[in-house]
Amino acid sequence: MKTASLNLRAALVSLLIFICFVGAWQLATKGPSIGGASSGMTAEEIEYAKMMGKDPGAAKSTGFPPPIEVAKATWAHLSDPFYDKGPNDKGIGIQLAHSLARVGLGFLLAVIVAIPVGFLIGMSPLMRKAFDPFVQVLKPISPLAWMPLALYTLKDSDVSGIFVIFICSVWPMLINTAFGVASVKREWLNVASTLEVTPLRKAFRVILPAAAPTILTGMRISMGIAWLVIVAAEMLVGGTGVGYFVWNEWNNLSLTNVIFAVLLIGVVGMVLDLLFAQAQKAVTYVE
Amino acid sequence: MWNDTQVRESTARLVPAATTPVTPQQKEPAMSGYLKIERLSKAYNPAKPVFADVSFEIGKGEFVCIIGHSGCGKTTILNVLAGLDTATSGNVFMDGREVVGPSLERGVVFQSHALMPWLTVRQNIAFAVKSRWPDWNKAQVTAHVEKSVALVGLSHAIDKKPSQLSGGMKQRVGIARAFAIEPKMLLLDEPFGALDALTRGTIQDELMAIVRDTQQTVFMITHDVDEAILLSDRILLMTNGQDTDAGYKPGGMAEVVVNPLPRSRTRADLHHLPGYYDLRNHIVDFLVSRAKAH
Repeated sequence: MKTASLNLRAALVSLLIFICFVGAWQLATKGPSIGGASSGMTAEEIEYAKMMGKDPGAAKSTGFPPPIEVAKATWAHLSDPFYDKGPNDKGIGIQLAHSLARVGLGFLLAVIVAIPVGFLIGMSPLMRKAFDPFVQVLKPISPLAWMPLALYTLKDSDVSGIFVIFICSVWPMLINTAFGVASVKREWLNVASTLEVTPLRKAFRVILPAAAPTILTGMRISMGIAWLVIVAAEMLVGGTGVGYFVWNEWNNLSLTNVIFAVLLIGVVGMVLDLLFAQAQKAVTYVE
Repeated sequence: MWNDTQVRESTARLVPAATTPVTPQQKEPAMSGYLKIERLSKAYNPAKPVFADVSFEIGKGEFVCIIGHSGCGKTTILNVLAGLDTATSGNVFMDGREVVGPSLERGVVFQSHALMPWLTVRQNIAFAVKSRWPDWNKAQVTAHVEKSVALVGLSHAIDKKPSQLSGGMKQRVGIARAFAIEPKMLLLDEPFGALDALTRGTIQDELMAIVRDTQQTVFMITHDVDEAILLSDRILLMTNGQDTDAGYKPGGMAEVVVNPLPRSRTRADLHHLPGYYDLRNHIVDFLVSRAKAH
């Protein structure tokens, strides 16, 4: 009862904050309409202006869009997410799918590399010391700094994007896996030893489940960073994806679409994080 | 004065063969050396070994306890027997073969139960059973697991996770796991140390019953004198290493006390048995005056 009422009150306060925010936004963008630009023009003149790329009636020319415009744009995008009208005009669902595919591929590659190497580093003090300087130097490099090298060597903007995701997700996963593996309780390893468990079975049945919560934490951090980086990477390499969509709409001067995309990026990031939180919950154990 | 004589008398009666300290050359009484420990020593600092020249034997079906203060190396000895640690010098033989590493022949019950918290009781024991008999099918494993759990009276909690069990129940599962692999010998590292007195008593009874039924050979570390007297056939007393006027003297086996009480003893009648107090006083005196804790 007490918690229910707390949740309810929190929801009410959230709603209040939302209304205040939207209200302030509405007030701030209400200013005098410049939309009257089309007044005094003949139908032919308006059509000519449109053909020249200057739509006199378009919302984008009225400055920062009010919330209702963004809501309309959101509805328009979400009601037809998968249309494809050429390279510069694709539905938001297609753009999102491209971004998610890049993140997914880069992340998967990072898992394939980081988990085994993390195991190696975690189990061998020698390897830990040997790898440490490389990890310490490579970890703080902004993933986008790799972009020119990736473009030059890989010669493909799409693959370079995936590489950038790989390189930014690999470190948190590697470090967390190594830490999780290194801090598996001695007593569980002793049990495995006295039971003469084979190394492979020990790795999968004892060390992996014991280190899983730490590994999942690393994956969750990696996914968060990957989703931050993909937008920036797609702005650079262009072509497809939500990052490119944002940049393209900026070039179109459609702030409405930019705001919609920004909100969408936030929501998708939240969903990804929730998925990993669920996975984390599934492997966490109480001692 | 009276007390002194009493102790000396009891010492003489209890350990006719062993004048202290026991030298490795001395033969243990009648028991065949199923497990032989020869001149074991462990040194982290070569000049000051923790213990040195530790030799003893354990016969098949014998229950041997080792008592000594913290730091005397009891756990190290047990870990060497388990194959989890290596001695600086000396050898361990079991059934005529040298112990060089961990083996399914020796089941270990750890002080901190060491159950895997992500597995249920059933899965924890199944893990051990599958390690022991990799060729068994599912039904065989299940049957054996259920039998082992029933042995310690935990059938009702078989599908619970360790975190849902009390300390005593967890330790019971640890014991069940060690018994489940049907080892030739059981090594117990102070298994009841973390339990309250009442639980401890109950589990001691259970352990005693199982050990007597299965004729299991057991080596156990304890700090509890009564526990040692109740459970063991022989009690090994260990001293800590200490600096004397004549230089550093490493820890070692000071004395082997043979338990004269009948094997049919129970926790309830233990303190009524003749000879119990002599034995108890002797061990307590050893711990207080001769074992030298740091």
